[in-house]
Amino acid sequence: MALDDEAALAVANLSYAFGSRKILHDVNFAVQPGDFSILLGLNGAGKTTLFALITRLYSARAGKIAVFGHNTERDPLAALACLGVVFQQSTLDIDLTVEQNLFYHAALHGMPRHNASSRITEELDRIGLLDRKSEKIRALSGGQKRRVELARALLHEPSLLLLDEPTVGLDMESRQFLLQHVQTLCRTRALGVLWATHLIDEATDATKIIVLHQGRILADASPREIAHPTESLRTAFDRLTKTPLPRAAE
Amino acid sequence: MSTTIENIEMKQARSGEPSRSHQTPRHYLTCLSGIIRREALRWLNQRGRFISALVRPLVWLVIFAAGFHFVLGVSISPPYRTYIPYEVYIAPGLVGMIQLFNGMQSSLSMVYDREMGSMRTLMVSPFPRWFLLTAKLLAGVAVSIVQAYIFFAIAWFWDIRPPLTGYIAVLPALILSGLMLGALGLVLSSFIKQLENFAGVMNFVIFPMFFTSSALYPLWRMQQSSLPLYWISQINPFTHAVELIRFMLYDSFDPASALILCAYLALFMGLAVIGYDPGRGLLARRGGAE
Repeated sequence: MALDDEAALAVANLSYAFGSRKILHDVNFAVQPGDFSILLGLNGAGKTTLFALITRLYSARAGKIAVFGHNTERDPLAALACLGVVFQQSTLDIDLTVEQNLFYHAALHGMPRHNASSRITEELDRIGLLDRKSEKIRALSGGQKRRVELARALLHEPSLLLLDEPTVGLDMESRQFLLQHVQTLCRTRALGVLWATHLIDEATDATKIIVLHQGRILADASPREIAHPTESLRTAFDRLTKTPLPRAAE
Repeated sequence: MSTTIENIEMKQARSGEPSRSHQTPRHYLTCLSGIIRREALRWLNQRGRFISALVRPLVWLVIFAAGFHFVLGVSISPPYRTYIPYEVYIAPGLVGMIQLFNGMQSSLSMVYDREMGSMRTLMVSPFPRWFLLTAKLLAGVAVSIVQAYIFFAIAWFWDIRPPLTGYIAVLPALILSGLMLGALGLVLSSFIKQLENFAGVMNFVIFPMFFTSSALYPLWRMQQSSLPLYWISQINPFTHAVELIRFMLYDSFDPASALILCAYLALFMGLAVIGYDPGRGLLARRGGAE
């Protein structure tokens, strides 16, 4: 499998284990700028571990990860500077206001306060929460918190956006808003997106779907290529994940 | 496939494309001030933490020291030039206590941040991890120094009145001891998996460190009553934090304590950087992210 030189994210021969428990097995895939890529897998498939490796929370000991060509092990700071991340678990400080949380994130990316201020206004306006910037996070609903996390991830204008199960626990309206907002960003900003989910209906409009099951990539193609003409995406996913995996590769 | 990634890197190196991670000292300063600002906001929001940090040493000063005023005589020993009441003796130890609790409180907030996930925000910042940990440490120290000076101001009314120049001279001692205790807290936080475990560590770290130090009784007295206890307090880093604060508050300098504090700071900081390193640290080995 060849990788494009311009890939927003390139993962090659990546394996990872906690002690004797192998979590990822020889994972290979790439995300291009402007791609809305879905990382589809059941709970425990290895999605969060993969995200932790891309974001350098864990160190990739076997295999390689590059963000816009920056190897995360050899050039981690350059790789991290290109990244915007929405983690599975909320990472906002609930005792601080929306604006204080965003200023903190801007500082963590070395953004001067005046630049940060205009970017915060811009991003909060885009997600419709500008009038709530002085409110504490604990006063927001789950969907609004998620929107703030998305605004925060985009504050430093990253070229690659990672979202780990961003719609978990949200109502239909908030899910749709988030999904459409990110898809628009892909088109208008040529933002590369890797969206991890276990919800198949979020994958229908993806540029491509990467199916991760028990730490292995089972498919990496467009939704149309993954599902046969007569089957739904759900059926295709079931077909892929219910096929016994080769034990020799364990 | 790995060759392809190397090709990308070589291509970028050839093109001379500036790295987005090329941070200038100004960026570092922005990051540091952002971390300190957040710590200050959290501190101001948590009024209970602020009040208890002050009440704790004041209770010791007002009740404990008053009770032992005539029981424990303190003979003339450096840096004091005359006989001193017991409350004057324990005041530097109580300032040390503020910093000890603050250091542990900061590490408690690190464990909380990690459990709540907000630690990830810090760790994915495009600055070196040693810098992020140092910035977090400095933020905690800044808070502890403000608390120490508020304590000094209140203690003045209890006739604890070191020379005015001592209030300025003690600042470097407060910074060094705050850094050392904060770094110890960082090490502990990297080893602790859950908040529940932290309460035990508080009991096994804070109280033994405080009671086996020179905060409440002079080392020479300890040497007379128990030689093993004397040697334990000699290797206790908190003893040297208290002694450095004591000497500098009275316009003197204890080079041995300063050197020992620096050595402990280097040791704890090294261990903290290892603890939070994604490749070697316990966080990575522990797993359970899924």
